[in-house]
Amino acid sequence: MKNDIILAGVGGQGILSIAAIIGYAAVKSNLYLKQAEVHGMSQRGGDVQSHLRLSSEEIYSDLIPEGKADMIISVEPMESLRYLPFLHSAGWLITNTEPFVNISNYPDEKDVMAEIRKQPRHVALDAGKMAEEAGSKKSANVVILGAASPFIDIPFEKLEEAIHFLFGKKGEDLVEINLKALRAGREYAQTNK
Amino acid sequence: MNKLLLLGDEAIAQAGIDAGMSGVFAYPGTPSTEITEYVRSSPETKQKGIVATWAANEKTAAEQALGMSYAGKRAMTCMKHVGLNVAADVFLNAAITGANGGLIFVVADDPSMHSSQNEQDSRVYGKFAMVPILEPSNQQEAYDMVHIGFDISEKLQVPVMLRITTRLAHSRAGVARKEARQQNQFKLPEDLKQFILLPAIARKRYQMLLNNQEAFQKLSDESLYNQYFPAEDTSMGIIACGLAYNYLMENYPDRKVPYPVVKVTQYPLPQDHIKKLYDTCDEILVIEEGYPVVEEMMQGFMDRGKKIKGRLDGSLPRTGELNPNLVGKALGIPMPETTQAPDLLTQRPPSLCKGCPHIDSFLGLNEAIAEYGKGRVFSDIGCYTLSALPPYNSINSCVDMGASITMAKGAADAGMTPAVAVIGDSTFTHSGITGLLDAVNDNTNITVVILDNATTGMTGGQPSSAFGKIEGICKGLGVEEDHIKIIKPLKKRHEENTQVFREELAYEGVSVIIPRRECIVTLNKRMRQKFKDKAKSES
Repeated sequence: MKNDIILAGVGGQGILSIAAIIGYAAVKSNLYLKQAEVHGMSQRGGDVQSHLRLSSEEIYSDLIPEGKADMIISVEPMESLRYLPFLHSAGWLITNTEPFVNISNYPDEKDVMAEIRKQPRHVALDAGKMAEEAGSKKSANVVILGAASPFIDIPFEKLEEAIHFLFGKKGEDLVEINLKALRAGREYAQTNK
Repeated sequence: MNKLLLLGDEAIAQAGIDAGMSGVFAYPGTPSTEITEYVRSSPETKQKGIVATWAANEKTAAEQALGMSYAGKRAMTCMKHVGLNVAADVFLNAAITGANGGLIFVVADDPSMHSSQNEQDSRVYGKFAMVPILEPSNQQEAYDMVHIGFDISEKLQVPVMLRITTRLAHSRAGVARKEARQQNQFKLPEDLKQFILLPAIARKRYQMLLNNQEAFQKLSDESLYNQYFPAEDTSMGIIACGLAYNYLMENYPDRKVPYPVVKVTQYPLPQDHIKKLYDTCDEILVIEEGYPVVEEMMQGFMDRGKKIKGRLDGSLPRTGELNPNLVGKALGIPMPETTQAPDLLTQRPPSLCKGCPHIDSFLGLNEAIAEYGKGRVFSDIGCYTLSALPPYNSINSCVDMGASITMAKGAADAGMTPAVAVIGDSTFTHSGITGLLDAVNDNTNITVVILDNATTGMTGGQPSSAFGKIEGICKGLGVEEDHIKIIKPLKKRHEENTQVFREELAYEGVSVIIPRRECIVTLNKRMRQKFKDKAKSES
């Protein structure tokens, strides 16, 4: 088993939380894991990415080679496109459709969506809206993770277990909201992929 | 024991705790910050009475570590690559004094300059100081090498350099812990003159360091982490240093490299392995993160006949971080077809946060200085360096920690009026104080803006050594009280703040303006914590 995942977004959008959930689930599934993060200057509202690698065999490189990623999971539509050179020709693109506009020259939203739809294997969803329905807009990142979960070779229950573990300290309410968000994203992907 | 999922930085920190380290001393700097952060937040640190402190700068940090080593205990000092420039004096001289308790300089290089002003390679410094260098290829080795580093340091009484790069520092993987060791007891050096580098003693100590080189070489030759992997195809031999070994292996999914390989994780270079590789193979490919240090050594000055490939001959790029694709190309492996990112993609550079106090400071300064024209603002290193970008375009320099004040002084001495320095609170106590003293002593006409957000912001909000001390320091240095102005950078105070900038720019002499408002990130963090604590106490 081997999953190479590029996580993408803008500093502060919670891609490291996605990584933490998958990471916990991977460790509990006895998989090898490597996860390269971005710290420092880029975190100040710039584009950020994380290379997350899961495998049943030992992993060497902390970075995923170009053209080899099994999926891109993005919490921002334009950012999902930035890492296309990494995506395998049979890989999946899973992205939020709600733009994060903190620059003056953000491209036309319709053009961004058109580029995403060009991808033969993609799932695009309004994660913010679905997260709100689950109880908190802040869980948009977890909705996106849910939408990616059918493509990740870890039992779904392990991801749920990770949410219990990581959000448990912050209260049962938050656990429930995030579990709902995770399931909503998964359901969307299963019906729309 | 269960494996821990740790960043390379965190693996080093946990290893320090487990290897009986008594103290870690550092100044924050990407990508090294998380080492000291981790030690400071670990519950074991308190239980074991480990000192984990943010120092005023890398030099004061390293000297404290050396002092702890003098007292017989194990110490670590951590810094980013350019931090070693600040600590270079103590680093080079500590190689001559030698260590008593184990002493490790952890230096995190930043090839590709993700968060730095250059990509200098600390291995050059290690060679310069003539000390052993450890360069782990992964998180587990990073953990193991702290133990090895302390052992070497105590056995041969020498400081050891542990060199990592951004990718290892900030990547997570499973790490198995070793059994915890006790800290050392307080123990003075056997020779109480060991650390007195008066010429007569320094000459002896220097000779001892030189004599020790043979022992360092032997350790490298015998190290289990420096490995020779034979293979059939001797048309090429490969030297892979540290992290570069991973990129090599990544290109062979069956993990069988067809060429003989030397994996280097400890310096001086393992002579036997390298010689064998050179004698066996037709040509040599050197893969290393950073400068072509090993490649140049292999090349030598005289051509010894065999082709050496790497960053110098164009097989690999001369600059920047390596990755599996670059290494694959150098190995002649066909790369998969890739999709190009669409043209509509725009850059998303980092920017000052919404609500950041620096924004209001720069808007005021920009307006006040406009009448004098562009090109008069020397800046420094921190979040506020982002004011170089639109829409502010406020600053004209960013060179090294503290250079804002001294460059402004030099420009003023050349006749520039006004000459402005912009420096953060933490950078001011790191390296700005002495420059301000120079300006006061010469009564130079400069305006120094000390942006006080009460934290070290760019690296994630570590406590600032300057906290609550800035006016006192300026007064103590001799800045006139009337020209130390504190303002609150807020949008609603823009007019009055701009007026303060105008007046001090016009003043002929040293003036200091301190825009003071807490960093919005640490403020939000504090408020969230307060809210949580309140909710907790109510329930």
